[in-house]
Amino acid sequence: MDKFTVGIVVFPGSNCDRDVSWALEGCLDIRTKYLWHESSDLNDVDAIVLPGGFSYGDYLRCGAIARFSPLINALDEFVRSGKRVLGICNGFQILTESGFLPGALTANKNLNFICDDVELDIVSSKGGWFNNGTEKQTIKLPIAHGEGRYHCDSDTLKKLEDNELIALRYKNNPNGSSFDIAGITNEKGNVLGLMPHPERACDETIGGTDGLFTLKSLILK
Amino acid sequence: MDQFAVKVFVRLRPSVLDPAGEATKSASIRLGADGIKSLRIGKMIEVKIEGNGENEVRGKIDLLCDRLFANTVIEDYEYSLEKL
Repeated sequence: MDKFTVGIVVFPGSNCDRDVSWALEGCLDIRTKYLWHESSDLNDVDAIVLPGGFSYGDYLRCGAIARFSPLINALDEFVRSGKRVLGICNGFQILTESGFLPGALTANKNLNFICDDVELDIVSSKGGWFNNGTEKQTIKLPIAHGEGRYHCDSDTLKKLEDNELIALRYKNNPNGSSFDIAGITNEKGNVLGLMPHPERACDETIGGTDGLFTLKSLILK
Repeated sequence: MDQFAVKVFVRLRPSVLDPAGEATKSASIRLGADGIKSLRIGKMIEVKIEGNGENEVRGKIDLLCDRLFANTVIEDYEYSLEKL
């Protein structure tokens, strides 16, 4: 059997694609393959990461144009088959714009682009994306976004809570997100979107390794 | 085929905080303009489009607004249409 391969989608304006590749290949020895956004052939990959950046210059709204790329069109069947998809930052915005995850991400409450390390509570480990064992319920990951304020209506929020779809909450909400939400999963658990950057927390020399678990979990079946 | 000029207005829903609007409101007050009760910022999109009559064109614009121009989770839209 071929080695497990994670596809990293590259849009015009993606800028965390190489970071994700470095973290997966260099820190975790997981094979990666770049997927240009105009490709719709997902046969060679076993999981997909939508990396951070500014796809299509964030024109109109973050993730709004990327949603219409051939690759995102092909993602529907990939997700339905149960394969894993991780959307980080701009990737999370694309997942909400394209309807794979509920809600929307809009301008930070204080209008600042926030680049910082944040403490996060693991609320649910649905899908096995986070180590929700007894030892560590809080992790620290970097954030870097101007439009990371999660918003949804009260019915959606109730559904997220009732079905344990809220994966991460900020301990000190930096951007005004509803219910301090930093990351959510779909109902099946195979799609995770989060604003923090796990790929920037995969080596002690750059400030921490709390992102390793999430990236490693891409290879879960 | 008829040609239409369409102006689409996209606005954040009233329940959604508009921090850019709030910041602009505060600058407006510093400028000395008093009496501002609310200031919210939206987008206006101008489209020239052709089709067989107004109904067909409205159908196309509805699709564009609903699927692309606005994110209806956080935004409302409305548009005006003028036959050229």
